[in-house]
Formats: sequence, structure tokens, C-alpha cells
Amino acid sequence: MTETHEYQLSAAGSRMGMWLFLFSEILLFSGLFLLYAVYLHQYPADFHAAGRILDRPLGSINTVVLLTSSYFVAMAVSSLESGKVKATVRWLAGTMGMAGIFLAIKAVEWTTKFGHGIYPGSPHLKEMNHGQAAFFNIYYMLTGLHAVHVCVGASVLFAVLLMVRSGKVRPEHPVWLENAGLYWHLVDLIWIYLFPLLYLVA
Amino acid sequence: MSDTTAYAAKSKANLTVLGILVLLTAVTVSASYFDFGFLNVAIALAIATSKASLVVMKFMHLGHEERAIHLMVVATCCILAIVIGFIFFDVAAR
Repeated sequence: MTETHEYQLSAAGSRMGMWLFLFSEILLFSGLFLLYAVYLHQYPADFHAAGRILDRPLGSINTVVLLTSSYFVAMAVSSLESGKVKATVRWLAGTMGMAGIFLAIKAVEWTTKFGHGIYPGSPHLKEMNHGQAAFFNIYYMLTGLHAVHVCVGASVLFAVLLMVRSGKVRPEHPVWLENAGLYWHLVDLIWIYLFPLLYLVA
Repeated sequence: MSDTTAYAAKSKANLTVLGILVLLTAVTVSASYFDFGFLNVAIALAIATSKASLVVMKFMHLGHEERAIHLMVVATCCILAIVIGFIFFDVAAR
């Protein structure tokens, strides 16, 4: 068995482990989506009213930002496959930049809501009727948990960026980049469902 | 040389996927300004699922993965269908 063959086998195993982890992440978010669905079924009018308070243009911009970041990661993987190490580093830096923009826009949205007295446990939220309060609690839980994933993903991508620069991750040994990329795409996937459910249909 | 050609092809494919994803986002945002009643949820979920499939197939290269991973995807979908399905049997029957 050659060294390359051995590496390919262990890389396939690592990727499978990553996919398994991603499935457990999907199940974690599904629990919250289910909570959302049950409350939407119970309080359709309240969810509609509360959803209109969210900033649709900012949410749309953030969707495009995250989709673009996913494209950047896909390009980083393609670049490394073709032996373009410097380009890989640039695409990864671009992805981290996009993650920063996403979090900054999210912070603006949250601060505006906080300014209007809408935050978990606020007196204003307690005065609202049940359905609207439930919507905002679920909104903060889902977007908060998602933002944690964005932070973790960006940190992992930064670690991979350093590994690409140091040569630990290279065209023949790309699995760290591939797995970090898979994780980042999952963060994008979750937002793809979060955005319409919170900002559009409610 | 062949490496450069392959890279150009991949770049083009990735950019096309991004273009379709952004286009679908524009469609779903526009659709949300019309009132189709219950269909609004269905339309939004259908578009989200098309976007998710594109990301999984094209960016995450699920098509190139081995069968075991495909089976894991099917298993996850089955678990989700059971959880969501049964809870909604309960919720709808109240």
C-alpha cells in the first residue's frame, strides 16, 4: 500500500466523520425548526405580525453575503485541488471577511431590536401576546445558535488558512480544508432555511 | 495545462451555482410580497430546498462521495420525516 493510497483511505474516513457530525447538527437545528413550526401552526396571525417587524432588506443582504462566502470556500477547495496555494489562502481570507460582514449586519439588526425593547426576557416582550413573544424567543434562539456556528466556522477556517500557509494542508493533503469547507456550507444551508422561515413566511 | 483547464471549468461551475442561488433568493424575497395564503410557506420551503440541494450537490460534492454517505443522507431524511411527521399528526389532531 503506497503512502498516497493510505492517505486517501484516511481522508475518506475523515470526511465520513465530518458528514456524520453535520447530520447531528441538522438534527439539533431540526428541534428548533420543529418548535417554530408548532408555534406557527398555533399562532399564525401573531407570527405574521412579528415577522413583519424583522428587517427584510438586511436579512436578504445577509443571505447573499453567506451564499457568496460559500462560493468563496468552494473556490478555495477548487484552487487547492489545482495546486494554487496562494489563491486558496486568498479565497479563505475572503470567506472570513464575509463571515465578519454577516456578523456585523446581524449585530446591527439585534441592536435595533434591543433598542425597541425586544430581547429575551424584556418587559416589552412580556406585554406582547403569547404568539409574538414566542416568535421573538425562537428568533433569538435560532439566529443566536446560528451566529455561534458562524463564529466557530470562521475560526476553523482561520486555522485552516494558517495550515495552508505553513504547508500542513497542501494539494496532496487537502482533507482539513475539505472538512472545514463542509462545515461552512452547513452554516450556509441552515441560513437558507432560517431566512425564509423567519423573515418571509411568518 | 490540463490542471489550468480543469480549474477554469470548476471556477465557471462554482460561479454559475452562486448566480442561481442569488437568483432563487431574489425569487423567494419577491414571492413573499404577494399573499398566496398557505402557499407562501410551501413556495418558500420549495425554493429553500432547491437552494439547499444545489449547495449539497455542487459545493459539498455529495455526488462524488461514496455510497455509505449517500445512505447516511437518506437515513437522516427518514429520521427527520418521522420526527416532523409524528409531531404534526399530534399537533393537527388537537
